[in-house]
Amino acid sequence: MSNTLNLTLQIWRQEGPNAAGRFETYEARDIPDDASFLEMLDVVNENLIEDGKVPIEFPHDCREGICGTCGVMINGRAHGQEKGTATCQLHMRKFSDGDTIAIEPWRAAAFPVVKDLVVDRSPLDAVIEAGGFITAPTGTAADANETPIPKEAADSAMDAAACIGCGACIAACPNSAGQLFTSAKLWHLNSLPQGQPERFKRTEAMVETMEQFFGSCTNHGECSEACPKEISLDFIAYMNRDYIKSKRVNRKLAGQR
Amino acid sequence: MVLDSKVPEGPLAEKWDSHKFNVKLVNPANKRKFKILVVGTGLAGASAAATLGELGYEVEAFTFHDSPRRAHSIAAQGGINGAKNYRNDGDSIYRLFYDTIKGGDYRGREANTYRLAQVSVDIIDQMAAQGVPFAREYGGLLANRSFGGAQVSRTFYARGQTGQQLLLGAYQQMMGQVNAGKVKLHTRMEMLDLVTKDGEAVGIVCRNLLTGEITSHSGHAVVLATGGYGNVFYLSTNAMACNVTAAWRAHRKGAYFANPCYTQIHPTCIPAADEFQSKLTLMSESLRNDGRIWVPRDPDEKRAAKDIPEEERYYYLEEKYPAFGNLVPRDVASRNAKTVVDQGLGVGPLKNGVYLDFAAAIERDGLDKVWERYSNLMEMYERITGEDPRETPMRIFPATHYTMGGLWVDYNLMTSIPSLYACGEANFSDHGANRLGASALMQGLADGYFVLPYTIGDSLAGKLGTDPVSTDDPVFADAEQAVRDRIDTFMSINGTRSPDYFHRELGKLIWNYIGMERDQNGLEKAIAEIRALREEFWKDLRVLGNSDTLNSSLEKAGRVADFFELGELMARDALDREESCGGHFRAESQTPEGEALRDDENFAHVSAWEWHDADTPQTKHAEELVFENVELTQRSYK
Ligand SMILES: Cc1cc2nc3c(=O)[nH]c(=O)nc-3n(C[C@H](O)[C@H](O)[C@H](O)COP(=O)(O)OP(=O)(O)OC[C@H]3O[C@@H](n4cnc5c(N)ncnc54)[C@H](O)[C@@H]3O)c2cc1C
Ligand code: FES
Repeated sequence: MSNTLNLTLQIWRQEGPNAAGRFETYEARDIPDDASFLEMLDVVNENLIEDGKVPIEFPHDCREGICGTCGVMINGRAHGQEKGTATCQLHMRKFSDGDTIAIEPWRAAAFPVVKDLVVDRSPLDAVIEAGGFITAPTGTAADANETPIPKEAADSAMDAAACIGCGACIAACPNSAGQLFTSAKLWHLNSLPQGQPERFKRTEAMVETMEQFFGSCTNHGECSEACPKEISLDFIAYMNRDYIKSKRVNRKLAGQR
Repeated sequence: MVLDSKVPEGPLAEKWDSHKFNVKLVNPANKRKFKILVVGTGLAGASAAATLGELGYEVEAFTFHDSPRRAHSIAAQGGINGAKNYRNDGDSIYRLFYDTIKGGDYRGREANTYRLAQVSVDIIDQMAAQGVPFAREYGGLLANRSFGGAQVSRTFYARGQTGQQLLLGAYQQMMGQVNAGKVKLHTRMEMLDLVTKDGEAVGIVCRNLLTGEITSHSGHAVVLATGGYGNVFYLSTNAMACNVTAAWRAHRKGAYFANPCYTQIHPTCIPAADEFQSKLTLMSESLRNDGRIWVPRDPDEKRAAKDIPEEERYYYLEEKYPAFGNLVPRDVASRNAKTVVDQGLGVGPLKNGVYLDFAAAIERDGLDKVWERYSNLMEMYERITGEDPRETPMRIFPATHYTMGGLWVDYNLMTSIPSLYACGEANFSDHGANRLGASALMQGLADGYFVLPYTIGDSLAGKLGTDPVSTDDPVFADAEQAVRDRIDTFMSINGTRSPDYFHRELGKLIWNYIGMERDQNGLEKAIAEIRALREEFWKDLRVLGNSDTLNSSLEKAGRVADFFELGELMARDALDREESCGGHFRAESQTPEGEALRDDENFAHVSAWEWHDADTPQTKHAEELVFENVELTQRSYK
């Protein structure tokens, strides 16, 4: 049988975007160590409801580490202390009986709190909308095998595409910079043959949209440390290179018209 | 109403082409005069919204998620089928069609399934063009694998993240259309009712999940791409937010619900660890290629797995099915696991699992080889259970995974309500009574990219020159009021139990009575007990907080309320279908060897249920299935 834990939780409560927030303390009793972190919060919520208190809102959906919905600061770290692990994949056996755990929403000006632990991450969609796609209308595609892609290139694109868009990189960054997220999408698309025609237009548009929302990157590397998919910092370097080039290339392309 | 499937005349292979020629077209310059509401932005919805936008329609897309990229499609691991025959191993459109019809135990529509196989080829091309980083061979060409016991290698994949990569492709394509101003995206908006006028779909009513605001939206057509209803079981491999509400609200407004009892139970999931368990995690079926499944012969066995001698282990699949062994189809593997656990032979602290043992494979191929094949799954398993599958066998148990039933649609994907369409897992159309692995992603994208964008023109063309019904029309005001009343009811019951409590209790009833094995007695009990629990729900529900902020208890309450009604219909459908087929196993209908026994004479039909009211059972309409191309055979895996 599994062991159980008794924990003290300090959880950020905030009624709405404009309300003042505060930490509240809760006791979580008899939590099986097989439970996931979010199941622990489920138990706390069930008890709150039983006591007639409004349950804690926290973000989650797939609980398999793939949808990118979950994500809270656990003891000051985005997704907690386990490397390469989204909040939903964190299990209570990684904690000890008697621990005090501080739980806060993502901290970033671009991600305003919606309620309690839930934030608004719509700027991430805005960055994608700016150019994070390949224009290939349905029905126009040639046979998939007409464009061979070296396995290494496909694998490298896949490494970047593994980003789940949770926003931990931004929450972990002292500047709330969006470089890791943006560069991962750029490398995914820019490194593939299909992504070449729009490469520089895409890069310029996405980088500049990113800058409207997020802070500047000063190479701390906290983003990659916090990333549940361990996305590499290298992509940021590739993005910077493409961005500089985009300024020249895009002007030249504009001049050709 | 007579169910007209609108399947075109002519030879199977020509039906779709001739249909495309015969459906009415909307002139390119006129397309912008039509507004289409797409509810759901998973694979099916995002691909539909993107394509309709590209064609020139005005599209509004709705999702309750904070971003389309969160849709449950993202969780699919294994892959997507496509009849490309890149491996030159004898695959063809016809073979994929045949496998799908047979895999569905001859309870699907031939014409739909054939069309699915046809367009599967285009999907792979389209997704590669979108930049989906499919796995590749060293020569740069696409890699394939054989999946779920298929005899050919036709499954394309992107690591263990195929669903994620496909969804990102479709989402990004849709965001391109958002950028182009052709698609208007509404996130965090939950459709809570369908609005009809004179029997036709004219719009929807939504709740803004952040502000609680109730709004109406009208269009010339409404497309539901809102996913499956597996979460009716409470514990399932679906994401927590998956629900039936959109489809159910449409059902209550007149859309027939087809084959609700066809649910798929996946054999290789991690068993529940405790009563707080909130969901089950699926592990790829590929594990069964090398893992041997067994339980101890002694129900009182106390020793660790590795200390149990060979002769005291019961390799039940290998013993019962010498030819297929551990690779029997999903339903057979699942049902046999249940049988041994019911006999008290289960393993693990709660005795709710069976072993999946890699010791033999490790001895044969070496630890490195086995690790190379399954490391990501083994790591995932270890993360969740704290046990290392290299040292001790995995514990697995079946879990609900996919629902073949859904809104009834005709060949055009139109429901029984004119101008209301259903795509992806939300409809019932292509998989019959059981779905093959790697075919759900294919169907969602087939519907959204290649079927609906053509067929929708047929109903739109006749509406040229008409505006969508105004949201000032009383039909919208009435629907909005009904939605508000329902929310007020949830907020004011002031009972003692949370929506999760009721969901969990409902799930237990469904799992026990309408799970892997069903019988008349149990199904009758299910109906009575679901009703009783439903009554308790409406009396004793407790939803705290306000309705004008984010309130997940309130969201959940609405979804659970609809699951109650669906659960009852599942039981009714299962009771009515006095045969076993695919994912539906009626204990009364089995072969002498205990295998599923179909009754083609009486049940080769789709059961489409018509809603009356919450206290009157639905009426069944049967769509007879006509098989002109395949011969119905009984499955055997001995
Ligand atoms: C763990 C797992 C693994 C799987 N692996 C595979 C695999 O390897 N291969 C395969 O082919 N299939 C697989 N499947 C099945 C497949 O993933 C799904 O069937 C498919 O992705 C469903 O896509 P969809 O677009 O129909 O629905 P979904 O992706 O579920 O999307 C539903 C959309 O509707 C929205 N929505 C729902 N209701 C409302 C409402 N009321 N208002 C507003 N929006 C709403 C949601 O926000 C979401 O955007 C797997 C499933 C699971 C659970
Ligand atoms: S809930 Fe989906 S990644 Fe954690």
